[in-house]
Amino acid sequence: MLVRLAPAITMTLLVGPVMAGLAMMLLPAFGYLPVLGGETLSLAPWRELFAQPGLWRSVWVSFSTGLVTTIVSLSIVVLFLAAASGSRLDRAIRRLVSPLLSIPHAATAFGLAFLIAPSGLISRFISPALTGWERPPDLLIVNDAWGLALMAGLVLKEIPFLLLMSLAALPQLNPEQRVMMARSLGYRPTIAWFKAVLPALYPLIRLPVYAVIAYASSVVDMAMILGPTLPSTLSVSVLQWFHDPDLTRRFMASAGAVLQLGVTLAALATWWGLETLVHRSMQHWIERGNRRGGELPLRIAGRGLILLTTLTAFAAIGGLALFSFAGFWRFPEALPQDFVVVHWLRALPSLQSPLLTTAAIACASTLLALVLVLATLENEYRRQILPSRALWLLYLPLIVPQIAFLFGLVVAAESLGIRPQLGLVVAGHLLFVLPYLYLSLAEAYRRLDPRWFQLSRTLGVSRLRTFFQVRLPLLLAPILTAVAVGLAISIGQYLPTQLLGGGRVTTITTEAVSLAAGGNRRLIGVWALVQAVLPLIGFMLAIGLPRLLWANRSGMRGAP
Amino acid sequence: MNDSLILKQVRIQLENRCLVGVDQIISPGDVFTVMGPSGSGKSTLLAYVAGFLSPTFQAEGEIWLGNRDITHLPAESRGVGLLFQDPLLFPHLSVAGNLGFGLPQHTPNKAECIERALEQINLSGFGNRDPATLSGGQKSRVALMRLLLSKPCAVLLDEPFSKLDTTLRREMRDLVFSQLREAGLPSLLVTHDQEDAQAAGGPLIEL
Repeated sequence: MLVRLAPAITMTLLVGPVMAGLAMMLLPAFGYLPVLGGETLSLAPWRELFAQPGLWRSVWVSFSTGLVTTIVSLSIVVLFLAAASGSRLDRAIRRLVSPLLSIPHAATAFGLAFLIAPSGLISRFISPALTGWERPPDLLIVNDAWGLALMAGLVLKEIPFLLLMSLAALPQLNPEQRVMMARSLGYRPTIAWFKAVLPALYPLIRLPVYAVIAYASSVVDMAMILGPTLPSTLSVSVLQWFHDPDLTRRFMASAGAVLQLGVTLAALATWWGLETLVHRSMQHWIERGNRRGGELPLRIAGRGLILLTTLTAFAAIGGLALFSFAGFWRFPEALPQDFVVVHWLRALPSLQSPLLTTAAIACASTLLALVLVLATLENEYRRQILPSRALWLLYLPLIVPQIAFLFGLVVAAESLGIRPQLGLVVAGHLLFVLPYLYLSLAEAYRRLDPRWFQLSRTLGVSRLRTFFQVRLPLLLAPILTAVAVGLAISIGQYLPTQLLGGGRVTTITTEAVSLAAGGNRRLIGVWALVQAVLPLIGFMLAIGLPRLLWANRSGMRGAP
Repeated sequence: MNDSLILKQVRIQLENRCLVGVDQIISPGDVFTVMGPSGSGKSTLLAYVAGFLSPTFQAEGEIWLGNRDITHLPAESRGVGLLFQDPLLFPHLSVAGNLGFGLPQHTPNKAECIERALEQINLSGFGNRDPATLSGGQKSRVALMRLLLSKPCAVLLDEPFSKLDTTLRREMRDLVFSQLREAGLPSLLVTHDQEDAQAAGGPLIEL
């Protein structure tokens, strides 16, 4: 029964809230929200919005962040995949993908800020020897007006995402065989990959790429930490207007949220145009039959860039740890004079309750998502239906900007008499946990040899028992990995927690982001490090548990 | 005495092209062989009899076990066992776990039953072993015994010897056919190997 209805329930849970949220955003944007006295449709909110100083600057930063982040991350991922040849370095980077992906955006942003700030680690390492700085220079590196720091932070996070999506899509293309074929025709390896694999790979990762554009053009938590201020990015401005004590500003904020949706759509449309352009020139380049030109630079760029970003990401987390234990630390010195635990001891009592809330929300939303995803996939298998058509619906919550529908969702829920609370937060997290859980599990689920289940049933075992006694044990490792991904996604959520909890549900992430304004680096170090380490526990369990359980079952290692 | 497996006017079509047409009564202890090259639809026939036919195919005709029409029963209620090309021992279960997996749920003295079965295939004391540590021949024997323990009323053989090397193939062939005959089960073998067909010794059609 549940299995039969699962796809419908899943799709309703994903599409319903997004649509309801968008609707309840559109109406106030045109002046209609009876609760606040808006009884007639008007353009007043838009006039007020366009009168905001610096609005177009915000729009431009959001738009360019979306595109630049995507271009840079996608290029680095593609170059790496082209240059990778299965060396030890390549395999190490592949293994680091999941843990890097699991680090929440906010923690990465704080870590990067600690690295590149005028008084940050990099500046300390090169001062005063190279720069002559005896005190932190008066430069606006973090929060720069162009959003460059924000883009850098996003690139660090989007590379693992795109890499993971590509690695999941690649096996069905038989890349080794394609490269071998092209090499036998005289193409150098990297060129061969670009010409024989990339054109087939891109269509498979198009939706994840769109999700990156949408995310980068509308991100809130990272933009609050790394993005420009006065004016900030559009998404952050919209959030501020929503939180304005003057409730009539809600109308303008709604108009701003609709504008954000427009900016994201514009970025997507621009990308689509670029895509066509690149596709044409690629075609031309492929047909010209150039076999070796540019091999070496491509190869070096492929390895070098990904190495740089991976190291930066790790250095960022290391920086968090360093600051969280730092005692007295004068500027140009590379290391603090002493290490102390006092920041941790001081933070410990206030960490406890947010930790529990974070864990409860993550477990609840992941468990719900897991049941729905398993039931959906099982239904797919039993009815032997191909899933491709409905897949883009899965990406809906990932492509529609959070800020564009979450406020509307709160309004919609309130009109149904549901106040912001823990349950609503769990439902909100489900919107984002579910797609990621599905994406990380679907491939393994479909790839498993159907003969296992046919065999089980010809032995007289029912479908339900087959599911629990054959399907689940055989898929234990991928299921645990998917659960770890789900937990990580939930732990990292800022905006849904903040809005759907009405500001009263505090998690590690909401607390960490709220510390950004205070600027106490040691305290931020503690909270951001806890935030970064929390998802790693899930991944460690996902790797360790199968090894422990299947210690005496060599057929279960690595295999299905 | 067991029942016969009866294929009544079975025809399987793919996009209006007929792949297989069979009308056959298989008596208990007999092996009916369907020969044909790969892609000829012989595995599709097995899928239909076992209850796994993909909806892309259109099938007509009925399948009976004695006086029981099983055409529309779910796979697990048909009483039709299946032996694949690969032994497919569940990697997450021990050897004994694999044998016990197929035992009907209310079997008394399951452990004793499994131990006797292991003796029968010369694998006494192997119950706790990880199936991945068995040799190819041992795996095939466990797979056969798992099938027999599930007490099927008929057996389907999907090129069960094609992946074994020559000496092992002969040995397994003798074992499988003698066990099936002894158990008095009607069997349907699909293969592209002439020797399999000869060893089966029953009626034969070629596709």
